[in-house]
Amino acid sequence: MNVPLHLWLIPLLPFAGFLLNGILGRRLPKALVTTIALLAPLASFAIVLFSAAATYLPAESRNLLGPDPAARLVALPFVETCPLAWLNLPGLHIDFTLTLDQLSLVMLLVVTGVGFLIHIYSVGYMHSDPGYARYFSYLNLFLFFMTTLVLAGNVLVMFVGWEGVGLASYLLIGFWFQKPSAASAGMKAFIVNRIGDFGFLIGIFLLLANFGTLTFSEIATKLTANPAWTGGILTVICLCLLIGATGKSAQLPLYVWLPDAMEGPTPVSALIHAATMVTAGVYMIARFHFLFDRSPFALSVVAIVGAATALFAATMGLAQNDIKRVLAYSTISQLGYMFLGCGVAAYSAAIFHLMTHAFFKALLFLAAGSVIHALGGEQDLRKMGGLRKKIPITFWTMTAAVVAIAGIWPFAGFFSKDAILYAAFLQGTGGKILWVVGLVTALLTALYILRLWYLAFFGESRSPGVHAHESPWSMLSPLVILAALSVCGGWIGIERFSAFLSPVLGVRSAESATPHLELYLSILAVAVAVEGWLIADKYYRRKTERPAQIAAILPGLYKLLANKYYVDEIYNYVFVRPLLVISRYVLSWVVDGAILGGAAWLLGGIATFGGAILQRWQSGNIRSYAAWLTAGAAVLLLFVLLVSSPHSWSLSFFHVEPIHKVSHIAVTQLTQAGH
Amino acid sequence: MHLILFFLFAGFCLAGAINLLLQTHPISSALSLIVVMTSLAVLYLLLGAEFLAIAQIIVYAGAIMVLFVFVVMLLNAGREERTLGSRAAGVIGLPAVVVLLALLATVILHAHGLGASSASQPITDTKELSAVLFRDLLLPFEVTSVLILIAILGAVALARLGNGERTVSK
Amino acid sequence: MSILQHDVPLAWYLLLSAALFSLGIVGFLFKRNIITVFLSIELMLNGVNLSFVTFAHQWHAVKGQIFVFFVMMVAAAEAAVGLAIIIAVFRVRATLSVDRIDLMKL
Repeated sequence: MNVPLHLWLIPLLPFAGFLLNGILGRRLPKALVTTIALLAPLASFAIVLFSAAATYLPAESRNLLGPDPAARLVALPFVETCPLAWLNLPGLHIDFTLTLDQLSLVMLLVVTGVGFLIHIYSVGYMHSDPGYARYFSYLNLFLFFMTTLVLAGNVLVMFVGWEGVGLASYLLIGFWFQKPSAASAGMKAFIVNRIGDFGFLIGIFLLLANFGTLTFSEIATKLTANPAWTGGILTVICLCLLIGATGKSAQLPLYVWLPDAMEGPTPVSALIHAATMVTAGVYMIARFHFLFDRSPFALSVVAIVGAATALFAATMGLAQNDIKRVLAYSTISQLGYMFLGCGVAAYSAAIFHLMTHAFFKALLFLAAGSVIHALGGEQDLRKMGGLRKKIPITFWTMTAAVVAIAGIWPFAGFFSKDAILYAAFLQGTGGKILWVVGLVTALLTALYILRLWYLAFFGESRSPGVHAHESPWSMLSPLVILAALSVCGGWIGIERFSAFLSPVLGVRSAESATPHLELYLSILAVAVAVEGWLIADKYYRRKTERPAQIAAILPGLYKLLANKYYVDEIYNYVFVRPLLVISRYVLSWVVDGAILGGAAWLLGGIATFGGAILQRWQSGNIRSYAAWLTAGAAVLLLFVLLVSSPHSWSLSFFHVEPIHKVSHIAVTQLTQAGH
Repeated sequence: MHLILFFLFAGFCLAGAINLLLQTHPISSALSLIVVMTSLAVLYLLLGAEFLAIAQIIVYAGAIMVLFVFVVMLLNAGREERTLGSRAAGVIGLPAVVVLLALLATVILHAHGLGASSASQPITDTKELSAVLFRDLLLPFEVTSVLILIAILGAVALARLGNGERTVSK
Repeated sequence: MSILQHDVPLAWYLLLSAALFSLGIVGFLFKRNIITVFLSIELMLNGVNLSFVTFAHQWHAVKGQIFVFFVMMVAAAEAAVGLAIIIAVFRVRATLSVDRIDLMKL
């Protein structure tokens, strides 16, 4: 017997917060705005916790053999459907369905939990911003859409959430819209996302055409009923879905929006562009795992895309000077890891890494925000330094995150990254190549993140005029909580995690013949990470003049990395400029000017011309009116006599009876005599 | 007898009508119309409508035309002048009239059952006419008298000089 | 039977009526003096009256003649009012040419 969970409240409470703060926020006192803004995610988080507990707490249940020890208060999957159907056509039926299963439960805990912490952080960070209420309404809107995405029971509801988080991302990136760079960054994010969404839409259409339904459970059932259905159209569907995921999760080649998205406030970067929205792509692939499993080709593409992105982004992260840009490229790189995990069919590992990444990446961003706040707005790493003693709490929490992302045991990142690399290694020769790529990326990850750590906190302060102060407790408490999670978040272990998710994601029996292989690989990974630490230590703490010398020796390479491989410029020349040319010349001149303008001109011309004719006709001259009257009368008479008579015209004059005919004449003469 | 009278007075009718068109001064046209009306009165007599013939002379020729002549005198209307005119009247109007006349003529000439007027036909006497008029059609008759009253009132209201009404001095 | 004894076919009366009517229309179309136009209208009415009387004679229907009577009455009323309007227009426009009076606003 299922306890009602009221899943619909989870999205709807943040939506109510959005409406209240959005409409009334400017007129309410700041304390009330804060309360509304914090209450919504807290309530959602509470419901999620309750749901999690309900799946765990035993319930009284009896079957024929006695009390059922496995019965819980709520059995997963738990489906809630709105009684009002969304689309009810013959052949297509779509409901507003919310489904809670183990996968969405994990995601929800991350989204609402980390989201709530970031809401608390934002209270302190955005304290003096004039758009305070607007910020929180957008943040609540984002939570609404993200929870909808996670809880969706069919693809269409997920797509609503998908688009909605894109919208919320645009609103929040361009939050300080008076800054042109922020406004264009918001547009860039939305447009690039849309390109991915196009692929997603095509995938939805193909799904509908081939399965006739969009509900996840029904698609899975149909697939299990056809065990021999592999490849072919399923590959196409998977690739289309992958395009969508690429756009949302900032993989090659649609990653270009994420670094520019750093124009938004730092908590936004933490929430949306680290922990939750960008992971929607990974979540979507994990949701569709039953589809991807049928297409080994698509899985390989996913893995290759993920690995390539991870490496590519890590190299770019080495040469960035803005603290948030480094973290942005780090996010892209870690998302690449998650895609790699999905690509080698280790979906649980990918979700595990998603969870731990949410912890430490959010923490990294929030701590970076704290550093920026401490320095009064400075974001350039070259102007930081020596902050270790001045902002100790920030320093120690950030250290926890840095070690976690470097993948050093026993912090959280180690367990998840290791699970992915192990699963990759087991996938044959291609898998081993991917494993090497992943290993190199781990080295680079450690390198760039520790570079950031050293540059920000160690050495002499390079901006001596600024007095660094610690952030308020509203900003520090989430840092502490996230730091604790970064340390022990991975201790649940991949085995128990996979077992928990296995009802949804299936069981992977990926064991290798060589015993202790996993142990060897883990040690190798940690060694690589430590090597990266040592390199960073050498170049950024002890011999700090060396990086500049290396950059001077290899100017080309350094410029290539610093300018992000000129990808933005390439896109500009290849895509943006031609589009603008087409817009200006084809659309603006030809379509707008000639065709539409011509059509409008034509219509106007017809009206004017017709009006001119009519104007001359209505001259006021009685004689011409009389002439037209007479002509009309003659026509009418002709019509009556020739056309409407039942016989032909020659006969009508001979056989129509006189009274009938005479009455015609009499009537017409009378009407004319009365003029 | 009937034939000669018909031709004579039909000729007068047509001549008067054509003269109306050809004259330039309105008074001449009015007088031509009086000729037409008087001839029509005779034709009515030939058709046996004695009351109508007299009514035609008294009402039409005697009252209405006099009214017209009075107005011509009052307004001191002169000869017609050549004005801009209307091309539509000639281009569209004249063919239309021709067509109309042709159609009517065709219908009339091809009609069956039209008899002929002859002297042996009885004249409708006034007693018969008044019996119908004052018994069966009393209401229309009374309404007509009201109509004429309204016309009188309207004519008086329209034609008199009101307060501050503009007049153009001649 | 000499020519004097012949009866007049009623069709000729009708033809005469049609001719008068058409001449009235022609006058209405081509005359420029507004009073003459009015006279042409009266001519049209007379043509119609002749047609009515002819048919009243054909079927010995008194109502035909009564209709003529009513037409006359209406023509009288209409002439009175119409001429009053002409006087009113003439006061303002000082012209009796139909072509010059082409605006509703005097």
